[in-house]
Amino acid sequence: MNHIHTLKDMKQGQTAKVKSLLSTGSIRRRLQDIGLIEGTEVECLQKSPTGDPTAYLIRGAVIALRSEDSSNILVFP
Amino acid sequence: MGLTNGSTGRNAVDSGLFIKKSTPDEKVIAVAGNPNVGKSTVFNNLTGLKQHTGNWPGKTVTNAQGYCRYRDTTYVLVDIPGTYSLMAHSAEEEVARNFICFGEPDAVIVVCDATCLERNFNLVLQTIEITDQVVVCVNLMDEAKKKNIRIDLDVLSAKLGVPVVGTTARKKKSLDKLILSVYDLLHSNEEKTPVKIQYIKPIEDAVAIIEPVIRKKPDININARWLSLKLLDYDETLITALNAYLGYDICADHDIQEGLALAQQVLSDNGMVKEALRDSMVACLVLSAENLCIDAVHFDKINYNAKDRKIDRILTSKWTGFPIMIALLMGVFWLTITGANFPSRILSDGLFWMEDRFTDAFHFFNAPDWLHGMFVLGLYRVLAWVVSVMLPPMAIFFPLFTLLEDVGYLPRVAFNLDKYFKRCCASGKQVLTMCMGFGCNAAGIIGCRIIDSPRERLLAIITNNFVPCNGRFPTLISILTMFFVGAAAGPAGPVLSTLLLTGLIVLGVFMTFIVSNMLSHTILKGIPSSFTLELPPYRKPQIGKVIVRSLFDRTLFVLGRAVMVAAPAGLIIWIMANITIGDFTLLSHCSNFLDPFARWLGMDGVILFAFILGFPANEIVVPIIIMAYMASGSIMELDSLWDLKQLLVDHGWTWITAISTMLFSLMHWPCSTTCLTIKKETQSLKWTAVSIIVPTIMGMLACFAFATITRVLI
Repeated sequence: MNHIHTLKDMKQGQTAKVKSLLSTGSIRRRLQDIGLIEGTEVECLQKSPTGDPTAYLIRGAVIALRSEDSSNILVFP
Repeated sequence: MGLTNGSTGRNAVDSGLFIKKSTPDEKVIAVAGNPNVGKSTVFNNLTGLKQHTGNWPGKTVTNAQGYCRYRDTTYVLVDIPGTYSLMAHSAEEEVARNFICFGEPDAVIVVCDATCLERNFNLVLQTIEITDQVVVCVNLMDEAKKKNIRIDLDVLSAKLGVPVVGTTARKKKSLDKLILSVYDLLHSNEEKTPVKIQYIKPIEDAVAIIEPVIRKKPDININARWLSLKLLDYDETLITALNAYLGYDICADHDIQEGLALAQQVLSDNGMVKEALRDSMVACLVLSAENLCIDAVHFDKINYNAKDRKIDRILTSKWTGFPIMIALLMGVFWLTITGANFPSRILSDGLFWMEDRFTDAFHFFNAPDWLHGMFVLGLYRVLAWVVSVMLPPMAIFFPLFTLLEDVGYLPRVAFNLDKYFKRCCASGKQVLTMCMGFGCNAAGIIGCRIIDSPRERLLAIITNNFVPCNGRFPTLISILTMFFVGAAAGPAGPVLSTLLLTGLIVLGVFMTFIVSNMLSHTILKGIPSSFTLELPPYRKPQIGKVIVRSLFDRTLFVLGRAVMVAAPAGLIIWIMANITIGDFTLLSHCSNFLDPFARWLGMDGVILFAFILGFPANEIVVPIIIMAYMASGSIMELDSLWDLKQLLVDHGWTWITAISTMLFSLMHWPCSTTCLTIKKETQSLKWTAVSIIVPTIMGMLACFAFATITRVLI
C-alpha cells in the first residue's frame, strides 16, 4: 500500500478516487461543481514551481488546488 | 483585457439586468456556459459585436447584449458571465442565475466545451431544470476533433430532450445551425420533454409535497419543481432574489410554509438535512451528467491532452517556470520599445512638419498670436505628442499581449505565482485582474469579480492600480526612451530600457504583494480562502484576427480617448500659462505652490501639477509637463522627440527626476474613471478612499526614499 489518504499526498502521475470531502461551506460546493464527488477519479498532474498549488485532472479539466484544500479531500487508491 | 468601446471607461460600469428591446416582438436569448468555453465568441459572431475574448476563465464578467436578426425575428442576445453551476456561490454566478430565472429570457443557449463535456453538463442540467427552452451548443468541436474525441450529438439530443448543436464558433458558418435551432425552438408548439433529473427517494418525496403547492400559486411562473428543490435546499440568495422579483416574502406564505414544514420533515426523517441534502442533490446532477456522456462521448485516444501536459511541464515547472515568465515579459517589452522607436520618430517628424504648415497658414491669414498659440502651440502640439508617442508602443504591445492571452498562458502565470499571493492572504486569480489592469485599470477592477471571497476581491481592487495601464505605459516608455535609450544610443539602449521597464513592472508586482500583505494584517484581516483555478487547454491563436482586433478595438479606441482628453487639456494649459496674475502666470502660481513639496519627491511643481491635472486620464501627464515648460520659457521649435528631452533637461530634469516621475506614475491615485468604477464595484466610499490613498502614499514614500537616497549618495 502506498500511503495516500488525501489528494495532497498524491505524487505526480498518480491516480486515486475521491472518498469524501472534509471541506465545508462554499469550497465544498465549489469542488462539487467541478465534479468532485464520491468516486470521482482524480489524477495528480504537477506542482507549481513553488510547490503549491498543484494541478489535478478532474473529469477532463485541469484544476489547480491549494494544499489547504487538497488536504481536505480524502481519497482511496 | 476587456478593452473595447464597451468594456473600458465609463461604459464598463455594468448595466445590470436591464434589457433594451426596440420592439416588443424581439426575443431575448441568454448565452450561458462554463467559463472559457467560447461563449463570447459565439456571442460576437452571432451579434457582430466585439466583446473581447481571451483564453482564461472569467473573461466576461458583465452582461453584454447585442442584436441578431434571423429570418423574421430579431433576437436580443445576452452574454452572461461564465459559471460552473447555478447554485450561486459567487457574485457572477448570482448574476447568471438571476438572469436565467428572473430575466425572463425566451430561450437559453448553453455553450459547452466539447473537450470537457461531462463537466459542462452539470450546468446544462441545472439550466434545463429551470426552463425547457434550452439549446445546447457544443462548441470547440474542432479542438475535440484534434484530440480525437468523438461526440454523438444526436444521442445527446435524444437523451437531453432539447436541441444539441455542434459548433466551432471561431468559424462563423457553423453558427447558422445554432441560430436555426433557436428559431425552430421558439416557433414550434411541440410539447417539450426535457430530461428530468431523478433525485434519491427522500428528495423526490419531499418535492412531491411542495411542488403542487407552488403550482397552485398563479403569480409564480417559475418552474415549480426547480423552485421546490431550491426552497428545500434553502438557497438564501435565491430566495432573496425571488422575493424581490415577486414583491413579497415567499417563505411567509401560509400554504408554502405548511408544505415546506411537511417536506422538511420527510427529509429530516431520512437524515437529509443541510449539507447532506445539498451533497446528494449535487451528486445526482454530477452522476446524471456522467451517464449522459457515457454513450455519447468517445475518446479514441487515451492520452488526448498529452501535448498540453507537455507544454505545462515546461511553462510551469520548477526550473523553467519563472525564467520563461520573466523572459516572455521582457521579450514583449523589448519588442515594444525597439519596435516603437522608429515609427515614433517618423510620426513625430510628420506631425511636427504639419505643425509648421499650420503655423504658416495662421501667418498667411494674419491670425492673431493668441489664436495661433491656443490652437497650434496648445491644442495641436499636445495632440501630436500624444499620437506620436502613444500609438507605436500600443500598436505593438497590445497584439503581443493578446497573443499570450489567447494562447492560454495567463492562467499559468496565476498558477506559478499563487503561493506568493497565498502568503499575502490573497487569491492567485489576482494575477488575471492585474493583467487586465495593463489594458485599463477600470476593466481590471471589474475583472476582480472573478475572485469569490469579498475580502480578497477588495485586496485585488485596491492594488490594481500598481499595474500601469495603457495611459501610463507610454509615459513610462517615453521617459525611458528619452533618458535611457538616447544616452546609450546604440544596441544597448533598448536592452537597458527593457530591463528598467521590467524592473518597474516587477516593482509594481512587488508593491502589490507588500500592500496586499499589509492590508491582510490590518484593515482587511482574514485567512486565505479556498481556491480553484482552471488551467484551460492551450489554443492556437488566430494571429491575423488578433492583430486586426487589437489595433482597431484597443489601440485606436484608447488613442481616441486620449486625444479627446488631451485636446481640451492642451487648451486649458495654454490658457493657464497665458493668464498672468501679479508677476506670474496662473500656471506658475500653481506649480510654484506645489514645488517645495514636489522637490522632496524628486520631482518639481510642474510635474506634480501635471499628475493632478492628469486625473481624468493619465495619458496627458507628459504633454502637460511639456506644455507648461514651453509656456514658461521662450517658445522654441520642437521638431522631434529628441528636442523634448532637451526641453526637460533645460528645466532641471536629471535621471533622478526621470525615475522619480516614473515611480510616481506607477504609484499614485487612480484616474477618475477607475475611481468611479471602484465606487460602483465596492459600493463603498470608504474602500474607494482607501484605493486612492494607499497607492498615493506608497508612491510618495517610494519617491521620497529614492530622492533622499540619491541626494545623499550623489
